[in-house]
Amino acid sequence: MKTMVDEPERQAPSRLETVMRYLPKSPADREAMMREIGISSIDELFSPIPAEYRLKRDLDIARAFSEAEIVDYFRQRSAENAAGFKIFLGAGAYNHYRPVVIDMLISRGEFFTAYTPYQPEIAQGTLQAIFEFQTMVCELTGMEVANASMYDVSTAVPESVMMAVRVTGRHSAVVAKSVHPEYREVLKTYAHYQGLPITTIGFGNDGRVDLKALEAAVTDQTACVLVQSPNFLGTIEDVAALADIAHKKGALLIVSIAEAISLGIVKPPAEADIVCMEAQAFGIPMGFGGPYCGVIGTKEKYVRQIPGRLVGQTLDRDGKRGFCLTLSTREQHIRREKATSNICTNQALVALMANIFMTIHGREGLRELAIQNLAKAKYARGEFAKKAKVLFDGAPRFNEFVVVTGDDPHAVNDRLLEQKIIGGFPLKKFYPELGNAALWCCTELLTKAAIDAAAKAVTQ
Amino acid sequence: MKDRIRKATEHVNQNEGLIFEKSSPGKFAYKLPPLDVPEVDAEKELGKAARHDLGNMPEVSEIEVIRHFTRLSTWNYGVDTGLYPLGSCTMKYNPRVNEAVARLEGMANSHPYQPEKISQGALLIIKVLSKCLTEICGMDAVTLQPAAGAHGEMTGIMLVRAYLESKGNPRKKILIPDSAHGTNPATAAICGYAVENLKSNAAGMVDIPSLIAQMNDDVAALMVTNPNTLGVFEQEVHKVAEIMHQKGGLLYMDGANMNALVGKARPGDFGVDVMHLNLHKTFSTPHGGGGPGSGPVACKKHLEPFLPVPVVVTRPNGALSFDYDRPQAIGRVRAFYGNFGMLIRALAYIMANGPDGLRQTTEDAVLGANYIRKKLEGVYDLPYKTPSMHEVVFSDRLQTAKGVKTGDIAKRLIDYGFHPYTVSFPLIVHGALMIEPTESESKEEIDLFIDAMRAIAQEVEEDPSLILEAPHTTRVRRLDEVRAARQPVLRWKPQESKTVAD
Repeated sequence: MKTMVDEPERQAPSRLETVMRYLPKSPADREAMMREIGISSIDELFSPIPAEYRLKRDLDIARAFSEAEIVDYFRQRSAENAAGFKIFLGAGAYNHYRPVVIDMLISRGEFFTAYTPYQPEIAQGTLQAIFEFQTMVCELTGMEVANASMYDVSTAVPESVMMAVRVTGRHSAVVAKSVHPEYREVLKTYAHYQGLPITTIGFGNDGRVDLKALEAAVTDQTACVLVQSPNFLGTIEDVAALADIAHKKGALLIVSIAEAISLGIVKPPAEADIVCMEAQAFGIPMGFGGPYCGVIGTKEKYVRQIPGRLVGQTLDRDGKRGFCLTLSTREQHIRREKATSNICTNQALVALMANIFMTIHGREGLRELAIQNLAKAKYARGEFAKKAKVLFDGAPRFNEFVVVTGDDPHAVNDRLLEQKIIGGFPLKKFYPELGNAALWCCTELLTKAAIDAAAKAVTQ
Repeated sequence: MKDRIRKATEHVNQNEGLIFEKSSPGKFAYKLPPLDVPEVDAEKELGKAARHDLGNMPEVSEIEVIRHFTRLSTWNYGVDTGLYPLGSCTMKYNPRVNEAVARLEGMANSHPYQPEKISQGALLIIKVLSKCLTEICGMDAVTLQPAAGAHGEMTGIMLVRAYLESKGNPRKKILIPDSAHGTNPATAAICGYAVENLKSNAAGMVDIPSLIAQMNDDVAALMVTNPNTLGVFEQEVHKVAEIMHQKGGLLYMDGANMNALVGKARPGDFGVDVMHLNLHKTFSTPHGGGGPGSGPVACKKHLEPFLPVPVVVTRPNGALSFDYDRPQAIGRVRAFYGNFGMLIRALAYIMANGPDGLRQTTEDAVLGANYIRKKLEGVYDLPYKTPSMHEVVFSDRLQTAKGVKTGDIAKRLIDYGFHPYTVSFPLIVHGALMIEPTESESKEEIDLFIDAMRAIAQEVEEDPSLILEAPHTTRVRRLDEVRAARQPVLRWKPQESKTVAD
């Protein structure tokens, strides 16, 4: 069963009607419907397809599986993946505890099997939830408005840059090298097709954006400066200083946030003009990279340039409060090629996970959770520093830090796997100049014992 | 008239304010384990970067969280509630086993950067699903990285552009039929192309003489939806492909309606070079109130070198691995590897169906749409008589005489216990009612829908004001959307709650 497409097993189709559990029409129903339409064979309905292009064979895929077989197949795949490891990886995907309430609630069919709330009278649940999500994102990021969600932050980054281009009428961007390398790769792809020049700015010994280099790079042709905070190296940027440099030249400052839990204890980037955030840390499974939930926040004055859906409050005919999609004249189904973005689907169900997570933790819990992350990472840094070199210690950081080992970090990680520990992210691939450095992350889920074990193994 | 409403009954539902209005200090819905490392002083650690308070974030208990979201959920309509004939959106059943397997520990809790040797299960899922989708589409290669349909469109048009650039000239324009989804022209613009509109003929299909006239060396590709948004199969699509190819252009297919073709015809066989799929339409992943989607892109051999990085390959030792060394690739369109959780669900769906189930699913979807068409033709105007595939588009022409429009009929359907069809799309049909029942509906449910649509047509004749005032049974009545746009209130603020509280 492992290589099921390579060795498709066949079964005769004769028992089909009795075995396809998702289809609710009985053979008699089908007969009656065909009679009503006036056809004697279902293939008559496919006659618009020219005969030579009609498929006259079975698709070459495996035969139908029972539910038990499906569960068994994916259990096997699951067992081939890591499970039960202590995870010291962050780098854009964070291992936080997910309260059980989240999946219980999002599994309610009325949330899970609804679509985009085009008919607000029977979608008030989704709409009010999104309105609350938008509100909480504003509260946490210091922005005045936030959209209903984006695919993820890596795609919200180029969308934010394109938004800055529209707002400023300028056509180039300055990007910090300490922004997640994969977000920068996605931006590069989008920018290539927009003919948008990008200048990259390095980081100093404290891991923060090199302010002098930035100042030199920003011109009166720069639409925006894009940074990340905490950045990919774990360092918290001086957002106010960055905003000053950008604003002096009339450019916008975009701050991307990969680790949303940081907002529980790190000052929000309120000086930014646009914040694009990944909400994965808020109760969304790491899930091998997706689905996640990006979100863009901005100032009220830029709201008509924001991409993606927005939910607004209004009144019904009887004056009762209700919610609906709004400002849709920005969007592709109305504006077509002049739209702010081609985005259509957002990440509503995933945004709902983040929403429930934020609601559960709330004002006190997010802070307490963030402080635990801060404490674990500080402790780990201290333990690692006893025998290995910890880089970029001159600026504040949240739950990630960079460690240089004597051995190649891939070799270190191989050793750690034997102890069921997944080590830090080797930085060589994206930052060859950092040599044997790796990015480590400590969330509240790592116990002191796990940190001690990792520190011991790393410094062996 | 109430006796005509057979599917639904009014029932009590709970009022519920915004979570912020329920919040009060000292309530908790969480508990963290005791900290087992030394405590830290955040002010000292972070200095100027320390945050002092979290503003208006809520403070509630766990039971209040449960009740809050449960109450909100009951104000929604979903596929689980009943027929959801939102044309082009394909609201089909979302199998629950998909959810169970996507939540297995090794799936849900795997980190995208964990070593490949402990990611073989995930890599195999990517490989197997890729192979299934390639076969279903009749294409040569696929990328699963795009996060949604529109994102897939963008990826596909980028492939077109990269291919043409490699031939020396990316060209300037994309042709788009007037019946297309709005995402198509928006996508072309994002990829740096000008958009040129292509008109449809009297049958609702691409007008071949216009295409011949408009196709030239400046045109990179035609984006065609097939079946198109009228639910009509483009019967001359192979000729369209020929015309494009003769002049060095490519044919892009918007696969939003691929659920009408799976197991019956393959786009690769009729000349399509590149296409996207919407896993939440054709392959049963949940729509979730508007996402997450997933928009794999399938292409022919000549476009394969340009696919986004990474792609999954089998190394000589048999291990699966990500390959980043692809010099002609367009780059990345998303971090990591796409919406992996949706890929698991789509594969589980394909496995549950097998070749016979997939074919029967397509046949049932087309059967349902044609049955509705037959039963409602004459009651509602059918502007295009061309045969329907998986959806049927009526117009409100017969009802506008009484001042009733498609949007009004949609609102009245809500009182009858149904989610409305897609309103006023495609744009080439004035006052469109776009109905797609999908394969997931029993004959009984479809018959109830047909009865409701007939009853509403009757009401239009007898008492149009009933329709114009609908819905009558929902917890909010028609909302003032103009007010929402003119005086945008996009977030809750403490002072505003007092003036507009229920």
